[in-house]
Amino acid sequence: MIVELGAFALILALVLSALQTGLAMAGRLRRSPVLAGAAEGAAIAGAVAVALAFAVLIWAFAVSDFSVSNVAANSHTDKPMLYKISGAWGSHEGSLVLWCLVLTGFGAVLARARGLPFGLKVSAIATQGALGVMFLAFTVFTSNPFVRLNPAPFQGNSLNPLLQDPALAVHPPLLYLGYVGLSVCFSLAVAALIEGRANSSFWPAWGRWIRPWALASWAFLTTGITLGAFWAYYELGWGGWWFWDPVENASFMPWLAATALLHSAVVTERRGALVGWTAFLALLAFTLSILGAFIVRSGVPTSVHAFAVDPERGMVLLAILAVASGAAFALFAWRAPQLKGGGMFAPVSREGALVLNNVFLTASCATVMLGTLYPLILEAADGATISVGPPYFALTFVPLMVAALLILPAGPLLAWKRGDLKGVGQRLALAAGLAILMALLGWMAFEPKKALSAAGIGLGAWLIFGTLAEVAERLRLFRAPFAETLRRARSLPLGAWGTTLAHAGLGVFVLGAVVETGYRVEAARALAPGQMIEAGKWAVRLDSVRVVEGPNYLAEQGRLTVTLRDGSAPTAVIAERRFFPTGGQTTTEVGLDFRGLDDVYVVLGERVRNEAGDPAWTVRVWWNPWARLIFLGPAIMALGGLLSLLDRRLRIGVSRRKRTA
Amino acid sequence: MIASALTWMGGTSGRLMLAAVCLMVLIATPIAAEPPPRPDRPLPEAAQETRAQALFRDIRCVVCQHEAISDSPASLAADMRALVRDEIAAGRTDAQVRGDLVRRYGDFVLFTPPLRGGTWLLWFGPFAVLLATGVSLWFFMRRRPTEALPLSATEEADLTRILAEQAVRPVADAKPSDQ
Repeated sequence: MIVELGAFALILALVLSALQTGLAMAGRLRRSPVLAGAAEGAAIAGAVAVALAFAVLIWAFAVSDFSVSNVAANSHTDKPMLYKISGAWGSHEGSLVLWCLVLTGFGAVLARARGLPFGLKVSAIATQGALGVMFLAFTVFTSNPFVRLNPAPFQGNSLNPLLQDPALAVHPPLLYLGYVGLSVCFSLAVAALIEGRANSSFWPAWGRWIRPWALASWAFLTTGITLGAFWAYYELGWGGWWFWDPVENASFMPWLAATALLHSAVVTERRGALVGWTAFLALLAFTLSILGAFIVRSGVPTSVHAFAVDPERGMVLLAILAVASGAAFALFAWRAPQLKGGGMFAPVSREGALVLNNVFLTASCATVMLGTLYPLILEAADGATISVGPPYFALTFVPLMVAALLILPAGPLLAWKRGDLKGVGQRLALAAGLAILMALLGWMAFEPKKALSAAGIGLGAWLIFGTLAEVAERLRLFRAPFAETLRRARSLPLGAWGTTLAHAGLGVFVLGAVVETGYRVEAARALAPGQMIEAGKWAVRLDSVRVVEGPNYLAEQGRLTVTLRDGSAPTAVIAERRFFPTGGQTTTEVGLDFRGLDDVYVVLGERVRNEAGDPAWTVRVWWNPWARLIFLGPAIMALGGLLSLLDRRLRIGVSRRKRTA
Repeated sequence: MIASALTWMGGTSGRLMLAAVCLMVLIATPIAAEPPPRPDRPLPEAAQETRAQALFRDIRCVVCQHEAISDSPASLAADMRALVRDEIAAGRTDAQVRGDLVRRYGDFVLFTPPLRGGTWLLWFGPFAVLLATGVSLWFFMRRRPTEALPLSATEEADLTRILAEQAVRPVADAKPSDQ
């Protein structure tokens, strides 16, 4: 009965979304606040209905109601409660309900927003409602999670054991908050294209409204993607964290577009310029989100993370993509030439730097898209099959990104309208010197000697020191009395601290990625208990292997000791090979030994016989230097995003346009 | 499968352990019909092994999803690793090893796509996009120095003509300290 309530709530939400669109459009045409108010009410009621449906789905999973086919297909009574609940969004149907929940939830927040001009707000609500109709109809008609089974099975099929992991339980909600948060940017862009005027106050205000959404989506995407990478790192047991796999790229494209949007919206907000471009990026970012959903679910490109693959439903997503984005970009093509932004600026200026940032980010986003979709296009065109993997991205994406990162520290130091390149050079001289020093130190410290990796260390250091130089400049650190510096630090807006953290976090990430990729050491050997394997400066001894029983799996548990090669500094690690009887799948639980910034990463493999013919286990060991920074960097970046969000200037309705420098 | 798993779960712990051990042996032993994969034996010469490892990262396990043979646990990947090591030990160059693999499995086997007619767009597309975005944004900026108030059609035309004639001068009110 409760399950039917969920199914009903979902259909109700679809009807409410349709009403929301219709009422908002009528309200806009008749300029009727009453109709617009009704549309807002429908938006809020729709969000409540989807929330109810989602709660019902979680309940069905929590109590293991196997008469619901989705629960039977993805749950099991032996599963721990956390994974029963996360199973609610672990399948195609459930995750689509989550997608709709975020879509309508953000729509409700938009409906409650104050201070937006009538036309803009109502048009945005209509657009958000139309997106809701499409995705809710997709859910209700092709992917309803509340379909019953008769007779109900006695036991469920359980969730893919790879997904039974705390990081992956929260990864989809975070990622969806990011993906679908971009839908609000999309709706606001469509509304601006409809309502946009050559009015000096309109575009800066619009930039201020769109920016928090872009910022929040960006921060959620950053966190979600990082969690996903971290999961791949310790759950797949391959020692890597990013494989340039189509599904990874699917989440990376919206991130790149959102990053570009974030920076372009700053120009629109502060200077009323680049309006068409900002609108274009807002449309692009959500389009890439839908494209990502298509790539992940259609199974068209082969991927290690393929999820809920179903080509037919994939086609429906492609149709949604064509309709939503097709209409939006057609509107853009029609309206963009008529948009009038203000704000002149010289090429060397803050605006100019942000434009360069956008050029590189857009090109790198296009690179990821080409690398992901080209094999499909080529195969369709002439039947040739190719693979696009890490070497391709190293030759295309990486140089583009390096160029963008090289100019990054200069951006925040340049003045608006017209900057002084020589002055910026002087202020960054110290940072540049320190970065070169770091590169040299890196070259000396790490074996084997690699010039490119050393240069990469210099690049990471350049980002960190360059960013710190900018703060030091603003605070007049060491050049004014300390009290003055403190006063300046207190009056510096949170947004500026956010920028600093995000840019420095990027530097931290670059350091980690460069060192881990350049200097990781890998070793593998069949070990009988008591035998050792060496990787770089570490030695790993297999102490014992025993069979243990988990809540829904059986495992071979290896106890190992990681020491330095001379036997000092021992740490015990546990690595497991788990077998899940329900699905017949085997997973690895990596043994991670945190050594400062480094990881010693231990994987227990299959049982084999060693050289002497004794029972042994294949043990693979990686020494991943500075791997901690790979995940710490994005966390700092997301924190920067959060700080910026808390900045008073970004709150809707706060109309302070200019802050004192 | 489900029923037997349940029996184990419900059984006494001794029976469970027994079952578990049997199970582990089952997982560990490859199915009889399939020949066992060749074990990973590193090449004796360190330089050759380093070359082999570098090649492994560029070679796709052709039966897997998006995995290099360096990462894949599949038995075919193990065979491919052994094949690459054999070729390197036989003195073939990296390019020859790649060539042999492509002859056997097609371009699909390498993560580095070939540069030929059909893949020009793939390889040069990124830089073309860079150029196109740069040029169009530059064009946008140059074309749009209008101030707040909408201009009439004739004013617009005049302005475009004047701007085309003379380069945009720096704005007088921009101060370096204006941050």
